[in-house]
Amino acid sequence: MNRPIKVVLAKPGLDGHDHGAKVVVRALMEAGMEVAYTGLRQTPEAVARIALEEDADVIALSSMAGSHLPFCEKLKPLLEQAGLGGKLWMIGGNLPRQDHARLRELGFRGVFPSSSRLDDIVNFIKANVP
Amino acid sequence: MNERLRLRPVVNESGIEIRPVYTAGDVESSGGFGFVGEPGAYPFVRGIHPLMYRQRPYTMRQYTGFGNPADTNKRFRYLIANGQTGLNVAFDLPTQCGLDSDDPLAAGEVGRVGMAVDTLADFEIAFDGIDLERITVSLTVNGAAPQLIAMYLAMAEKRGYDLAGLRGTAQNDILKEFIGRGTWIYPVEPSVKLVGDTIEYCARHAPKYSPVSVCGYHIRESGANPVQEMAYAFCIAKAYADEALGRGLDIDEFAGRLSFNFNVFGNLFEQVCKFRAARGLWAKIVKEHFGATKPESAWMRMIAGGGGGGLTYEQPEVNIVRGAYYGLIAALSGAQTMALCCYDEGYTIPTEYAQRISLRTMQLLVEETGLADTVDPLGGSWYVETLTNEMRARMERTMAEVDAAGGIVKLVAEGAIQAKVSAQAHRMQRAIESGEFRKVGVNCYRSEQAEEHEVQLHPYQEDDARRQVESLGEIRNRRAAADVAAALAGLRRAAEAGENVMPAVVEAVKAYASVGEITQALAGVYGRYREPLRF
Repeated sequence: MNRPIKVVLAKPGLDGHDHGAKVVVRALMEAGMEVAYTGLRQTPEAVARIALEEDADVIALSSMAGSHLPFCEKLKPLLEQAGLGGKLWMIGGNLPRQDHARLRELGFRGVFPSSSRLDDIVNFIKANVP
Repeated sequence: MNERLRLRPVVNESGIEIRPVYTAGDVESSGGFGFVGEPGAYPFVRGIHPLMYRQRPYTMRQYTGFGNPADTNKRFRYLIANGQTGLNVAFDLPTQCGLDSDDPLAAGEVGRVGMAVDTLADFEIAFDGIDLERITVSLTVNGAAPQLIAMYLAMAEKRGYDLAGLRGTAQNDILKEFIGRGTWIYPVEPSVKLVGDTIEYCARHAPKYSPVSVCGYHIRESGANPVQEMAYAFCIAKAYADEALGRGLDIDEFAGRLSFNFNVFGNLFEQVCKFRAARGLWAKIVKEHFGATKPESAWMRMIAGGGGGGLTYEQPEVNIVRGAYYGLIAALSGAQTMALCCYDEGYTIPTEYAQRISLRTMQLLVEETGLADTVDPLGGSWYVETLTNEMRARMERTMAEVDAAGGIVKLVAEGAIQAKVSAQAHRMQRAIESGEFRKVGVNCYRSEQAEEHEVQLHPYQEDDARRQVESLGEIRNRRAAADVAAALAGLRRAAEAGENVMPAVVEAVKAYASVGEITQALAGVYGRYREPLRF
């Protein structure tokens, strides 16, 4: 496969904290991946649409303001309907440990809470990208 | 040279190399003592008041709000009963983004990270029983600031306060929202116009009210270094001042009511010098650039505190110690108001217990440490005065670079400042991960056991959000629909005509028009912001 890994990195909901998301965008670009960063205020519908349009291998969310579970619950069926069930879904940010199992159960295989290392995120993608 | 004496170079975050020893000669070669002056006198490097905390300690004002207005009112009363002297209100994201609680985009976010507000009725509940003369209230709102300032003034007036004497603050710094924090609504230019509207309206109707608190804070949280934090904030403050001057106001009519909000995490001396340097620089800008003549116009009044960017997810209890040092920095820096992020904020919005620890930290600094006994206790130190001079020179240089590139409004609209700040955030993250920039518990002195420490999470009450949506529905049914429609039509007309929209926003708020309805009326004229995404 010659094409670089394509990541859609989205900021779900109304959360405006994009420090982490933008740092991760830069790290992924540095690692040779192609990144479509959505910017703030994305609805679940918008994330699914952009992921489809961009033909993403990886769909990643960055959530700092606590609404990750309701968002991911809405996003899961939309991604599946769009035929993106086989892509690598990831989430990072302010994610209390008690929510990690539920996020994995929803299909988010990569869960990276605050304090995760950039290289770990990059390596996880390389090892798990479909 | 003896191998053991070869010292590793120390460069602070602002890029200034720190010498192992400072002497009077260093002060002289960095610009001398000439700019220091006396506390309470221009250029106010040592403090804006002659006696500072000897006269009155800093106001303590924790950032608080969650759920519906009744929940938040209870927490306000708890903090006041525990000795807090001001309120700093956190609003939920729908409110901050100009959405009503029943908007589909608000689902799951109502009351989650702050208090939900839809109409004036919510302000009546939130501030019920709170003496607005004794307790000054700061509203942390930006995109939706016109509505919320109008609600605050309307609520106070209804309760019989004279607006001529009403004090309080709104954050209302939209330019920094485009750089970090992200609660923008309209495009950049009309957003700046709205800030001008609020400054003009308050100068004429509520002259003691501080309509804008310019924030370096969130620019720093987004990755800026301390010099950029101050330089960008001052560029932004100048842009608002230009906007207000364009309305025919005199600089002395509003400059004294501008205030600032800055961050405190990082190297203690770099931070203290940052504030001393900035106080002198802002005074110089207001006096020399804008030609102000009233001394208080040149005051850099500030809330300093927070420090969230320095706190860690690892070993969260150690953040209590960091918070104490951050409070020390703010007190050594002559802050008018202090607030501290709580130790648990990497996990949750703070619990009552965590809030009390932060409040006690700020009280302890006043009561036990002697920090309030004398003004600017670090002043006169060769190191501190040299670094103050060096920091000021760098801030001036950074401001000149922004101006030479077309000014802050243009650079923010293009996303250029955002790109610069996020590039720096990335470099810092790499420096932390490589161990080059030390963080205890993160890249040194890690403790696997401590990672198991369980922080108690603030519970999100879905019922409170549901009640908020219901009460908004009741208000929509109860209010006079014709009055609301007329007020919103008047608002649209004012916006289309390019007039100051604040009188119409106040009318709409008094008719119980909602935050979302007012936003829609304005967005119908101004449009909505689209992020320029540059890397």
